[in-house]
Amino acid sequence: MTHLLDSLSEFQIFLLITIVKVVVVLVITLTAVAYTVLLERKLIGRMQNRWGPSRVGPFGLLQPLADGIKLFLKEDLTPLATEKPLFLIAPIIALTCALISVATVPFGAMHRVVVNGKANADIFQIADINVGLLVILGITSIGVYGIALSGWASNNKFALLGSLRATAQVISYELALGLSLVGVVLRAGSLRLRDIVDVQSTHGLLSWNILGGFAREPDGHGVVGWTVVGGFQLLAFFIYLMAAYAETNRSPFDLPEAESELVAGYHTEYSSMKFAMFFMAEYANMITVSCVATLLFFGGASSPLGHLLPDNFGGPILAAIFPILWFVAKIFCFLFLYIWVRSTLPRFRYDQLMDFGWKFLLPVAMANIVATSLVLALRG
Amino acid sequence: MELALFIIFGLIAVAGALNFLFQRHPINSALSLVTVMMSLAVLYWSLGAEFLAAAQVIVYSGAIMVLFVFVIMLLNAGEEERTTGSRMAYIAGFPGAAAIFCLLSFVFLTERKALGNANIGGYLNNFTSNISEISTVLFTKLLLPFEVTSVLILVAILGAVVLARKEQ
Repeated sequence: MTHLLDSLSEFQIFLLITIVKVVVVLVITLTAVAYTVLLERKLIGRMQNRWGPSRVGPFGLLQPLADGIKLFLKEDLTPLATEKPLFLIAPIIALTCALISVATVPFGAMHRVVVNGKANADIFQIADINVGLLVILGITSIGVYGIALSGWASNNKFALLGSLRATAQVISYELALGLSLVGVVLRAGSLRLRDIVDVQSTHGLLSWNILGGFAREPDGHGVVGWTVVGGFQLLAFFIYLMAAYAETNRSPFDLPEAESELVAGYHTEYSSMKFAMFFMAEYANMITVSCVATLLFFGGASSPLGHLLPDNFGGPILAAIFPILWFVAKIFCFLFLYIWVRSTLPRFRYDQLMDFGWKFLLPVAMANIVATSLVLALRG
Repeated sequence: MELALFIIFGLIAVAGALNFLFQRHPINSALSLVTVMMSLAVLYWSLGAEFLAAAQVIVYSGAIMVLFVFVIMLLNAGEEERTTGSRMAYIAGFPGAAAIFCLLSFVFLTERKALGNANIGGYLNNFTSNISEISTVLFTKLLLPFEVTSVLILVAILGAVVLARKEQ
C-alpha cells in the first residue's frame, strides 16, 4: 500500500483525496436530505397532533428508504408536447447546483493530512477557495435555471405560472440575501469561509456575529469588548433568514408550489426520479442555506464554549469530532426552525411578497452595510 | 493543467457561441449564451482571477441571463423564421466582412512587436486577482469611470421606468 502511494505524484494524491472527500460528502448530504424529509413529516405530524410516519422500521426510521424505492419504481412519464431536452436537463441542473455548493463548506476545524510528505489536504472541507462565499452565491443563482426551464419545457400553464413566480421571487430576494452578508464580510475582511469562522471563534458563543461579536478591539491594545460592528449583524441575520426562506421556495414564501392554486407548480408534469430530483434539490438547498447561516452568523464549527475546554480535550480523535458535532447541531436547529415556520405561518400573497422583498428587506440590508462600514471606517 | 482547461473550455465557449447563432428558438440561444458565460468564468478562474470568475457567474449567468430567459418565457416568443436574406447582404455583406477580417489581421500582424504576446493557458500574478487590490484600484485610480458607469446605469433604469409608466 505504501509502495503504491510512493509511486503517485503529488497531484495524483491530491486528486485521490479530493475524490474520496467528494464521495463521502455527497453520500452524507444525500442521506441528510432523505432524513430531513422524514424529520419534516414527523415534526409537522407532532405539531398537528398526529404521529407522522411510524410504520416502516422503528419509529418510522426506514421511511426514507421506502420512499426512495417507491420513487425509483414509479413509471417515468413524459408528456407528449414537452420540449424534451430542456425537460430532461432541468431537474439535473436543479439538483447539481444544490449539491455543488456544499463543496466550499468547512465542516470542522482545519485538519491537514500529509501523505508521504508530499500532498496535504484539509479533510473537513472539499475546496478551500478564497472567494468561497461568492462561489456559493453564484451556484445558487445558477440553480434558478432548473426551476425556470422545468416550467417552460413542461408546456403546462400551471407549471409555467409556478416557474415564473419562482424565478421572479428568487431574483428579487437574491439581492437582499447577498447584501445582508456584506456586513459579516466587512467584519472578517475576507470572503474565505474559514476566515469568517475564525473571526467568530475567539470567545466561543460571545464572538458569534449573531451575539454582537465579542472580540479584541481592532486597535490591538488587548482591550476585550463587544465590537459595535457585530451588533448590526443581528439585523443582517434576520434579513438573511427571511431572504433564504424565499430563495428556497419554502413556507411562508412557497407561492411557486401553492397546491391550492397551481396543482404543484413547476414540477407538475414530472414523475418518478425526475420529480425526486426536484424534491432532493429543495431539501439540499435548505441544508446549504443552513450551512451558510451557521458559518456566517453562528461561528461555523467552533464550539459555543470557546476555549473553556482545552483544545485537545478527549484525545486527538474526539477533538476532531467535537467541532463536527457542533456544526451538525447548529444545522439541525436551522432545519427545525424551517419546519416549525412551515407548520406555523400561512402563505404570503404575491404582492405582499414583492413589497416585502423590495421595499423592506433591500433598504434595511443597504442601511446595514452603510452603518457597518461607517463604524469600521471610524474605528479602524 | 491550465493549458488543458483553456483548450477544453475555449472550445466549449466557441461551440456555445456558434450554437447561439444557429439555434432557431430564442430560449435555446439564451441557454447557449449562458454556456459561453460559464466557460468564460472557468477561463478566468484558470488564469487565477477567482473574484472575476465568481462575479462573472453571479452577474452575467445568474442575473442578466436569468432575466433574458424570464422575459422569453413571459412573452412566449416563438421560433424565428428563416429567410434567404436580402440580395444586398450577399453582394455587400460577405466581401465587406472578409475585407474587415483581412484588415484587422494585417494590422495585428504588422504591429505584433508593439502589442507583445501572451502564453496560452498562462497565469496572472496575484496583484490582479486579489480582492483588496481590485477594490483599491477601483476606488482610487478608476474612481471616475466607476462612478460615471453607475450614473449611466441609473439613467438606464430611469429610462425603463419612464417607458413602462402608464399614461395618466
